[in-house]
Amino acid sequence: MELTLWTYEGPPHVGAMRIATSMEGVHYLLHAPQGDTYADLLFTMIERRGRRPPVTYTTFQARDLGGDTAELVKKNIREAVERFKPKTLLVGESCTAELIQDQPGSLASGMGFNLPIISLELPAYSKKENWGASETFYQLVRGLLKTKVTDNHKHSPNAWREEGRRPKVNLLGPSLLGFRCRDDVLEIQKILAQHGIDVNVVAPLGADPSDLIRLIDADINVCLYPEIAETTCAWIERNFGIPFSRIVPIGIGATKDFLKEIHELLGMENTNPYESEQESKLSWYSKSVDSNYLTGKRVFIFGDGTHALAAARIAKEELGFEVVGLGTYSREMARSVRSAAKELGLEALITNDYLEVEKAIKESAPELVLGTQMERHSAKRLGIPCAVISTPMHVQDVPARYSPQMGWEGANVIFDCWVHPLMMGLEEHLIGMFRHDFEFTDGHQSHLGHIDKNDDKAKEASPNHFFNKIESDPSNENPIWTIEGQEELSKIPFFVRGKIKKNTEKYARETGCKKIDSETLYDAKAHFST
Amino acid sequence: MSGAPQLLKETGPREVFCGLTSIVWLHRRMPDAFFLVVGSRTCAHLIQSAAGVMIFAEPRFGTAILEERDLAGLADAHDELDRVVNNLLERRPEIRTLFLVGSCPSEVIKLDLARVAERLNGQLNGQVRVLNYSGSGIETTFTQGEDGALSALVPLMPKAESQEKQLLMVGTIANSVEDRFIKIFNRIGINKVSSLPPRESTKLPSIGPGTKVLLTQPYLGQTARALQDRGAEILKTTFPLGIEGSRIWIEAAAKSFDIEESLVNTTLEPLINRAEKAIRPYKDKLSGKKIFLLPESQLEIPLARFLQRECGMHLLEVGTPYLNKELMQSELALLPEKVRIMEGQHIENQLDRVREQKPDLVVCGMGLANPLEAEGISTKWSIEFVFSPIHGIDQAADLAELFSRPLHRHDLLNKTQLIHA
Ligand code: SF4
Repeated sequence: MELTLWTYEGPPHVGAMRIATSMEGVHYLLHAPQGDTYADLLFTMIERRGRRPPVTYTTFQARDLGGDTAELVKKNIREAVERFKPKTLLVGESCTAELIQDQPGSLASGMGFNLPIISLELPAYSKKENWGASETFYQLVRGLLKTKVTDNHKHSPNAWREEGRRPKVNLLGPSLLGFRCRDDVLEIQKILAQHGIDVNVVAPLGADPSDLIRLIDADINVCLYPEIAETTCAWIERNFGIPFSRIVPIGIGATKDFLKEIHELLGMENTNPYESEQESKLSWYSKSVDSNYLTGKRVFIFGDGTHALAAARIAKEELGFEVVGLGTYSREMARSVRSAAKELGLEALITNDYLEVEKAIKESAPELVLGTQMERHSAKRLGIPCAVISTPMHVQDVPARYSPQMGWEGANVIFDCWVHPLMMGLEEHLIGMFRHDFEFTDGHQSHLGHIDKNDDKAKEASPNHFFNKIESDPSNENPIWTIEGQEELSKIPFFVRGKIKKNTEKYARETGCKKIDSETLYDAKAHFST
Repeated sequence: MSGAPQLLKETGPREVFCGLTSIVWLHRRMPDAFFLVVGSRTCAHLIQSAAGVMIFAEPRFGTAILEERDLAGLADAHDELDRVVNNLLERRPEIRTLFLVGSCPSEVIKLDLARVAERLNGQLNGQVRVLNYSGSGIETTFTQGEDGALSALVPLMPKAESQEKQLLMVGTIANSVEDRFIKIFNRIGINKVSSLPPRESTKLPSIGPGTKVLLTQPYLGQTARALQDRGAEILKTTFPLGIEGSRIWIEAAAKSFDIEESLVNTTLEPLINRAEKAIRPYKDKLSGKKIFLLPESQLEIPLARFLQRECGMHLLEVGTPYLNKELMQSELALLPEKVRIMEGQHIENQLDRVREQKPDLVVCGMGLANPLEAEGISTKWSIEFVFSPIHGIDQAADLAELFSRPLHRHDLLNKTQLIHA
């Protein structure tokens, strides 16, 4: 039993809904009680979808449990097939139905419908949303393609050359409630087209069951989101010999590597070495002189596996930040996140507990947090700028404008949305400095939240306030800050204050100093700068 | 009085929240209480999705998520729950009342939360009171969760020391609305007025044969029975929505306290006049428009009565997840003849009727709103009625405004489109 106040991922059947709702012609019969229908709002509110998810919930009640819930399942299947006329039917259970074991999948198969029926077993008490999405996509592809599996599959990813056509690839993994998937697909499609590579099928987003059958016509698979598509790509490779790409093209370096990998897999020559400079502004903006202030910015990263890994690479290699924390809630990707963290000299944080993440943020005293919407809130409480890089989805993460994360344009988008909060942070600091000038007497509203005059502002003005925000090291022999020391600390710009506070305390402990005043602070500053 | 409405029933797939959802407003009413759902990741996800809870540093609700080992009997679920509760209480010493909330999974595996609560109460020595109720989707719909929570509080209410008459308002309403009602009751001479739930979970009002109960919310059947069992009298009346409903509701209290009619009239008259004036512009907008209410909050019938009688709307269908005829008696009597009251739901068939009858406005759950909007049908979320201060004479215009806003917006946007066309 685990106490959860908030969770990064929903249950696995929500993952299955993401696949079903991303596709056309698929219907999902979900054996579940009425309250589970809340999941519809994830799609219709967060994604602002104008269509209901293609899901029929059996909505059994306690009084049905004594009787024949199997009959109820069958009635719902019959009605759903008749009304929605799906090309493929997914059948599964949510957590409660899993306990009563009606086996809706086999019930459905026994009803004599002339359509593919995919039975899903998604263990609700051990797995989560992304796993459920991955498993559902895999079961769908396998279910629709298994009759085509032969022992002597011969597939050449270079066949396009002999056949005198352009190479074609599948883009696998984009789904609803995935981070910026819609725009990533457009961006990658555009880049591939510039290299003379066609897209055979995009799935699950926008695909139809017949498209899944066409997956094996592609020369290679492009695995855009390993959380969702890696299992499927690996199965297709094993059974049809179609290789797949591993590199996720988020950031300049990764996009270059991705193109290299795709070209190699297809046996093509990559001809334009200046492509990234021509297509994306990130590298130049990062080199430009006003980006100097970005140097060594302490950044804390947390998100799903794919986006956290990508962010770490961009932060370090492309923006010159210092990564001071890296973690993920995707247990399936814990291993790669751990090794990436190790390379940065860090220990990865693998957790589903947002309070633990918040604690880690406090302890590493970053100047920028790259996280989920939850870290955005934590960072706000701590007064640290933040940019959102990963699911879970919030209505803000589905912007009206084109804003991919992948490819060249994705790199531009990333530059803007990571650097702006930092600049705003600086602005905030200036406002803080001038807040006692009469021009500011009405307070100022910034993206970091409205500062309430009567309440927060008064608190903010007292040097103590910051103490509550960034906790001290909780060890016992902690030196105490004198009022004078606190005042001195409060004059230090907020974006280095956390670091200076920690360092000063460390210095005080090391030198056996019990009371920190302004002198201790400057001693420590000198000590650590040498 | 007009003839009877048609009471119809429908079964099939439903699209409604379960009772866990009511935690979202209950925890705000009682800031010293914590609601611990014993359930699955689905339950945790439901509450956070319905509440959009990311704004809280430490929310006052959470889920003890059952894991495989709890189900396989490897870990004794009781011991595990004790551990989770003790950790929680250690970290949150400000908690005075802990509600253990049953879910579908906990009920299907027959985890006896009443026993757990009893045992924990023994261990905690009254430091924290532990209560339990069901918010599961197999037993409860949306607002029924509050009914469960309040009935769990009833046995703890102290016995009234005297037979003296006192008024008890039952059901969560906005604090501002509560204050307003108390003021009005004081003006007509009812001075002992208290509320369930109280603002502090430990300050429960007393109860006894002198207690006259006014339900502020229509979904409290179980609580009403429990209060009756403790000797209270449930006043049979309407619910305080709209001018008329609120007036009848206040009058019912006045009558049971033997207050002179003329005093009630002179007290309410200026309020009514003011409210009628305030409601007029919205009434103009709503009058003659067709509305279809899908079942969710159980507020549908009183709302329909208000919309029909005070705003001149035409009722196509009034859905309700559950119909308590006894509590709804005064409301049903005010509805026009032959209006369709639909208890239960077959969501697909119901949506077919919506499309067929082309309402100007549909009241529905959050999951359905955008799909209907995309079909050109204006909507109003039913969850807004449990979050907004809508009760009482003074709020009648605000209540009407909630319904007229989507229509107003629809007109605004469509006008703009015409200009640009
Ligand atoms: S319907 Fe049942 S399983 Fe679903 S969220 Fe509600 S209590 Fe939990």
